Amino acid sequence: MAELLFWPALLAYGEAAVAYAGDVRHPGSLGRLATWGVRIGWLVQTALLIAQAVRADGFPWDTWAGSLNLFVWLVVGAYLIWGCRPRFRLLGLVVMPLAALLLAVSYAAGGVDASGESGYSTLFLVLHVGLVLAGFAGFTLAAALAGLYLWQERQLKHRSSTVLRFRAPSLVTLESLAARTVAFALPVLTLGMAAGFARIRHGSELDPLIVLTVLTWAVYGGFLLLRFGAGWRGKRAAYVTLAGFALVVALQVSLQMGHFA
Amino acid sequence: MSLVLVGTSHLLAPVEDREQVAVDLEAAAELAAALADGGEAVCLSTCNRTELYLVRGDPEEAEARAIQALGAGAIELYRLRDEDAALHLFRVAAGLDSLVPGEGEILGQVRSAYEAGSCGPVLDRLFRQALHAGKKVRTETAIAESPSSVSSAAAALAQQVFGDLDGCRVLLVGAGEVSELAARSLTKRGASISAVTSRTQERATYLAARFGGRAVPFGTLADELEQADVVVSSTSSPDQVVSRDLVRDRKGRPLFVIDLAVPRDVDPEIAALDDCYLYDIDDLEAVVSESMSGRWREAERAESITSHEAERFRDWQASRDVVPAIASLRERAETIRSGELAKAESRLEGLSESERRTVESLTTQIVNKLLHVPIVRLKEAAATEGTGYVEVARHLFGLAEDKENRDPK
Repeated sequence: MAELLFWPALLAYGEAAVAYAGDVRHPGSLGRLATWGVRIGWLVQTALLIAQAVRADGFPWDTWAGSLNLFVWLVVGAYLIWGCRPRFRLLGLVVMPLAALLLAVSYAAGGVDASGESGYSTLFLVLHVGLVLAGFAGFTLAAALAGLYLWQERQLKHRSSTVLRFRAPSLVTLESLAARTVAFALPVLTLGMAAGFARIRHGSELDPLIVLTVLTWAVYGGFLLLRFGAGWRGKRAAYVTLAGFALVVALQVSLQMGHFA
Repeated sequence: MSLVLVGTSHLLAPVEDREQVAVDLEAAAELAAALADGGEAVCLSTCNRTELYLVRGDPEEAEARAIQALGAGAIELYRLRDEDAALHLFRVAAGLDSLVPGEGEILGQVRSAYEAGSCGPVLDRLFRQALHAGKKVRTETAIAESPSSVSSAAAALAQQVFGDLDGCRVLLVGAGEVSELAARSLTKRGASISAVTSRTQERATYLAARFGGRAVPFGTLADELEQADVVVSSTSSPDQVVSRDLVRDRKGRPLFVIDLAVPRDVDPEIAALDDCYLYDIDDLEAVVSESMSGRWREAERAESITSHEAERFRDWQASRDVVPAIASLRERAETIRSGELAKAESRLEGLSESERRTVESLTTQIVNKLLHVPIVRLKEAAATEGTGYVEVARHLFGLAEDKENRDPK
């Protein structure tokens, strides 16, 4: 059943990615086609996750590949909140190919067939893994927004004559959305980390992954302090968001190598 | 009924000719009513074109009336019929026949002409479809999205920085016509003119009053720059007016500077400052040129939309012509069927009620099956080949004779 749902989800995400690329050349109907691809793909992936949850004994996404499947669903879900507006279609050009690729990787690594026989309790995994991944999904979107901000800023700064050809959201909108996304994602990550810390037994060693997670938390925490406290905006803020995302990528890779294993 | 279009436009006639036949909306309504005279008529008159759309049984007569109304051949006119006329109107409504492709004003003008016209079923359908085609082109292509003038490009770029311009404070440096045009473009998108400064205080006061801003002395430029989000500079000063040292740290607040003056008013070094975006007249003209070529690219896609709409109109018109013929054919077949059954009445007397119904149903089915293919082919041929097949069908089945026999007039 899960396998049957995987392929339509991947197909819809792939279609959205291709249609977003086509929309850059010919804005209009292709953009709408892309938007429907995202919506349908996300709904099918939701059904896929439900099918996995029903079939599994415990939390079905406690493997690295399984968590990637959940992560893709969270990223696309967050993107769906405002990403389907015409002005944000350029963002879809970044998010949807990534979503399609990560979903394919998750499938190849067995994330769609996760059995869910876990040593951890379901409640702990839902709280810890679910919240941490939701936080990461938020940071991923914030990074995509920051990347789009830097691209748009460069176009305007260099007075490119094609600056109006590919209409992205305005600099102010992108900057404020990226900051708000981080402001939402950081508390979610904090809760996920708190759930993880609650499980650490007294006297056990801190692994490098925990240190990296705390560092990521500190970078984003510092970003929020500077952004909302000291009025940090513009390119500097975008670079810090991207630096934080580099740590998120490092964390995801480390998870594959250590934590889930 | 034939659709006839006679008209002239900027592509055919110079303004001296066009102004001879241009009419206002009220006169257009009167002209349409006079030309309709039992048929249908619409007069579309804008600064770029005057066109008469007529629907009458005799297209030659319709053309002659329209030519008479448009100066009796004194100026050059184009004449189009049916599908070609429809395609022309759809292109006009889509802005493809305009000087600036995709310009938005024409759609409103087509709507006004339609509302003022003397429309019947054909022109009603034609103009509603034209308005639909015009909207479709603007929503499905990006033809109308790009700016077509320097001032609108400046406003569009400001929107790329700030998004919604509501609450954006604009400082005008110089109070000439160019500043006024740019100010108009920005305020139309929600920005507010907070201050105007000019070496000619009188002009600054006038412009400030006009846009609800303050006229401020030149000496306060640095303070005003600090408050502003957008600066439009267009003085006739031979020297730089806005130097780099006048711009204080923006602390992350973007400053969008539009330098419309030649020689330039604004120190180009300002472009290197963080959060400052500077566009001079060349930059803006390059943006306009690029967006105009974008409009032409989109125009190719718009053409296919209008062609498709013209084909739909042709099909609709053809179906209008073929419907009476099909109805006559069915009527004739039914008359023959019921007549033959009546003749055989005496021989069918021995049949039960159920057997009688079977015979009725059988004869009806035979007639329907015999007619099905000719009717389908007739509809197809009317859509693709015109009304020639309809005439042939009338001749073959004697439909015209039937009509004449029933209606001796």
